[in-house]
Amino acid sequence: MRVDPSFAGRVYPPTGVYEVARTAVAAFAEATGASHSAYTDPAAAQALGHPDVIAPPTFAVVVAQAAEAQYIADPAAGVDFSRVVHADERFTHHRPIRAGDRLVTVLHVESVTERAGISLVSTRCEIADESGEPVSTVRSTLAVRGEG
Amino acid sequence: MNVGDELARREIAVDRARLVRYAGASGDFNPIHWNDRVARDVGLPGVIAHGMWTMGAAVDVVVDALGDPGAVLDYQVRFSRPVPVPDPGEAVLTVVATVGAVDPQVQTARVDLQVTLDGQRVLGKAQAVVRLPA
Repeated sequence: MRVDPSFAGRVYPPTGVYEVARTAVAAFAEATGASHSAYTDPAAAQALGHPDVIAPPTFAVVVAQAAEAQYIADPAAGVDFSRVVHADERFTHHRPIRAGDRLVTVLHVESVTERAGISLVSTRCEIADESGEPVSTVRSTLAVRGEG
Repeated sequence: MNVGDELARREIAVDRARLVRYAGASGDFNPIHWNDRVARDVGLPGVIAHGMWTMGAAVDVVVDALGDPGAVLDYQVRFSRPVPVPDPGEAVLTVVATVGAVDPQVQTARVDLQVTLDGQRVLGKAQAVVRLPA
């Protein structure tokens, strides 16, 4: 299986809505050892000017991952998951993700390049709320080792 | 906040149970993060932590130093070295957050994170851009 470079530049249709639940935010915070009260207590979040509990800075990966699967899990893309290593990740927050958000993601395949038998696959997820307000941009690069 | 200031420092332990929790909370069920056999089959020494777990745990040091998770405007890392998680036992990461740059015009700072396991860096170019407290 070979990573297909022709996927570069592809833009996928907007995903279905991901609705951010307070319980999902709390579970993600707990799993990363994060204890700030703004993740679990709406009053604490409101005291900081947020309308409801907000998500930790890397929570957007949960939303992005689901969108990226449209590409990564497509057999035609040639991304063999058993040969994949996560190379880099970046979150740019236009505003914090918060409980109650109804998020829609557009996935862009930014580039597919190869050097020394390793394919680098870069994606960008533009996460917005249902009304189109930008929320987060998530950039990710996977390194896919060639066979043999 | 001045360039070069150490903002915070923390030791963070991670064991297999923590990885299972993260898998469930994040939806990342890649077996290399919970199954030694699969991890070894792909050439790893054994189960490794999710890079995204390490990224998330490291930035919490910055969040607590700032007092508002919403102050983290941008956060990026490179995953430079895997974090093997033994069983039984735990791996212990050291996170040191240092002020790398301050931009008084737009009231932001760049915080550089040094994340190490046994003295070796596991994240490269780990940087958070944060809004300075008013």
